[in-house]
Amino acid sequence: MGRYLLRRLLQLVPVFIGTTFLIYWLVWKVPGDPFAGKCGDRGCPDNFRAMMTEKYHLDQSIWVQYASYMKNLFQGDFGITYSGREISDIIMTSYPNTLKLAVVALTIEAVIGLGAGVLTGLRRNGFLDNLVLISTLFLIALPVFVIGFLLQWLLGVKWGIIHPTVSGEMRMSELIVPGFVLGSASMAYIARVARTSIAENRRADYVRTAIAKGLPMRRVVGVHLLRNSLIPVVTLLGTDLGALMGGAIITEGIFGINGIGRQVLRSIVTKESATVVGIVVVLVLVYLVMNLLVDLLYAALDPRIRYE
Amino acid sequence: MRVSKRASGALAVGAAFALIASGCSSGDNDGGDAGASADGAIVIDGTQPENPLVPANTTETGGGKIIDWMWTGLVEYPNNGGAPQNALAESIETSDSKVFKIKIKQNTKFHDGSTVKAENFVKAWNWAAYGPNGAQNASFFADIQGFADTYTEDPDGPDGPKKAPEPKVKEMSGLKVVDDWNFEVTLSAPTAVFPTKLGYSAFMPLPDAFFSQKPEEFGKKPIGNGPVKLVSWQDDVEIKLTRFDDYNLRDKMKIKDVTVKIYQDDTAAYSDLVSGNLDFQQQVPVSSLAGDKWKTDLGDRAIASTTPSTGIIAFPIYDPKFKNPKLRAAISHAIDRQQITDKIFFGNRKPADSWANPLTPGAEPGNCTACKFDVNLAKQLLQEAGGFTGKLTLSYNADASHKEWMEAVAQQIKTNLGIDAVAVGVPTFAVFRANINNHKMTGAYRAGWQQDYPDVENWINPLYVKGGSSNDGLYSNPQVDALAKEASSAPSLDESHKKFAEAVKLIDQDVPSMPIYFGGQQSGHSEKIKKMELTNVGELDITSVEL
Repeated sequence: MGRYLLRRLLQLVPVFIGTTFLIYWLVWKVPGDPFAGKCGDRGCPDNFRAMMTEKYHLDQSIWVQYASYMKNLFQGDFGITYSGREISDIIMTSYPNTLKLAVVALTIEAVIGLGAGVLTGLRRNGFLDNLVLISTLFLIALPVFVIGFLLQWLLGVKWGIIHPTVSGEMRMSELIVPGFVLGSASMAYIARVARTSIAENRRADYVRTAIAKGLPMRRVVGVHLLRNSLIPVVTLLGTDLGALMGGAIITEGIFGINGIGRQVLRSIVTKESATVVGIVVVLVLVYLVMNLLVDLLYAALDPRIRYE
Repeated sequence: MRVSKRASGALAVGAAFALIASGCSSGDNDGGDAGASADGAIVIDGTQPENPLVPANTTETGGGKIIDWMWTGLVEYPNNGGAPQNALAESIETSDSKVFKIKIKQNTKFHDGSTVKAENFVKAWNWAAYGPNGAQNASFFADIQGFADTYTEDPDGPDGPKKAPEPKVKEMSGLKVVDDWNFEVTLSAPTAVFPTKLGYSAFMPLPDAFFSQKPEEFGKKPIGNGPVKLVSWQDDVEIKLTRFDDYNLRDKMKIKDVTVKIYQDDTAAYSDLVSGNLDFQQQVPVSSLAGDKWKTDLGDRAIASTTPSTGIIAFPIYDPKFKNPKLRAAISHAIDRQQITDKIFFGNRKPADSWANPLTPGAEPGNCTACKFDVNLAKQLLQEAGGFTGKLTLSYNADASHKEWMEAVAQQIKTNLGIDAVAVGVPTFAVFRANINNHKMTGAYRAGWQQDYPDVENWINPLYVKGGSSNDGLYSNPQVDALAKEASSAPSLDESHKKFAEAVKLIDQDVPSMPIYFGGQQSGHSEKIKKMELTNVGELDITSVEL
């Protein structure tokens, strides 16, 4: 177990360096002069452009730029944006917001998705099963922004139950609707995966044994059946946190949340490699760590799985 | 919680109505209303300023409007678009439009309590004009004597290996502080429009505190001298402003707090506006314009206004294909501007028929004869020009909503002239702008102009005079240059305007670009705001707001 963990952690290093360089290079390859569009249709004065180019070492080769960026990064310095803001500051303010949103979304999809999956898996082909089937189909088919705008208009503008946008304080109660929107598609998938998994294991030998030895149904489902059926669901949920954080850009836009999506988009447009890399680096770490956690969870859920 | 807030709000309105309806003593009522307004707070929409807020280094609207509210300059531009009036200036005197004696009002204060003195202007302008400081608005000081010594040009351009030489001096020789309340400005040549320029944000005074810290640090907690001061600025979330109680000039605040909520998406702001969570949105989203939905949503709270801006399609005159003025005129005559504004902009913008926006003092409406839609004339001119071979591209930046109208223009040129015209979207404004700056355009391209200060000069010198800051197509007509020079140095604005009118007649024959539409703005406000005005450039005049 210990060696396995160490090996996995060591694997993070090349992945980390590879992704940061790829992203840095990609943003660097985005065509256009970052200071050409900064002053609107008038164009910036030459002195301004010269000063900024020098300040951000943009006149040097990509290798020098990347090397100096990585050097600073390891000293804990994420650099500054072209408008003079500390990138670490942007990461510190926008990450918690996106994380909060993603966790709310994850909770909603886990609770509702899993609940619906278990209920329909146990009673297949009933009314509830068909209802869930149709509604999940609906959620998967609708793009996130349609659900987002629809709910915002209905709940926020028409009925006035919620504020159409989230305030700067990011209260949990305000995040329920955006969280639901963000997690809606994954929720549908989880319901379906859980349903299939439960239905399959329902016929497994150990479940029949458990019922035959007279265990109460609650215990059969809660302990024996659910634990074994959770593996595919946990895989989905685990990788989903990263996907939700990276994919929150549309939801963040609709509900006016100051998250990482807006920052990444802005910095790609303005060619700020440092900001994009800074934010994505953290996102990559989230992905890697979540993947590792999921793998470790397998062992906890299924005693047959061991790590050497 | 929110529901209860709404309920209590409704109750309060109901109670106020009951008081009025029951005919309570009027004295009580007036007192109550004025009190509510005086402590009132509004939330309006905005965007994150791109740079720390230093007036001479702000060229975009997100930061620009905060600066307009936080500072008061020597002159101010009336909301009706008329000629500028003295604000902080007591008097601006000149006999030859070259030497200006400026006297400022005594005992006005910066937000940190220090007094606004003549040297606060002189030092601020010198800072902006000093090349190594890299201020984005540096070119506004080019009129002042000694600018060339503080702002040296890079000998081989910004892309070349050489750097601009270090300026010999740090201060412009044309600026002289006489005493605390008087200073003298000497220009390198007579410029009648100089006092008009003084209301633009580049010319704002800076407090002593600015010079003792880094500009970026100052810009995070800017100190101005205007009707509101900064309370806090939370990046990407909100900027809070509050009334500056020591303000003693004309435009005092009638309410207390203004929160600028920063949106990344204008439809989110619009949802907040319609549901009563936002008090003002300067431009409602494009999606709400179709079928006049915004007017149905907002009723009498919808405000349609015109802004002094023009949408233009410019020609790269450095490209031999576009050298012939007859060809340019032919293309311009082939565009049905009325149809574009009706069909694409739902009548929210107006077809352009003059070179300078007609809202501008000194501009003459209807002086763009090349803007008239006339297919026969267009065909005839094209024939005289020898036709056009190959593809005519019309480029635009695809990261803003220009696609529809640019495609419509291309289609009209194709239908009316038989030229193979196509609209081409360039992914981002940065790429688009870099190509324009480097004179690499091979076809016509979208341009736009919003005036910096209200005078026709601002529509001619930067755009159509050789070496003008935005003459990107490299248009040059020695006669126009000579007339514009005469006009700029005329002793009075009237004479200046007359000369500019002559220059425009020549420009009209050369058709260096094609004005297409005059800008329009569609704003909305909440039920809370009882009275408000827009400034000459369409921003909310926060000092006019009454609740």
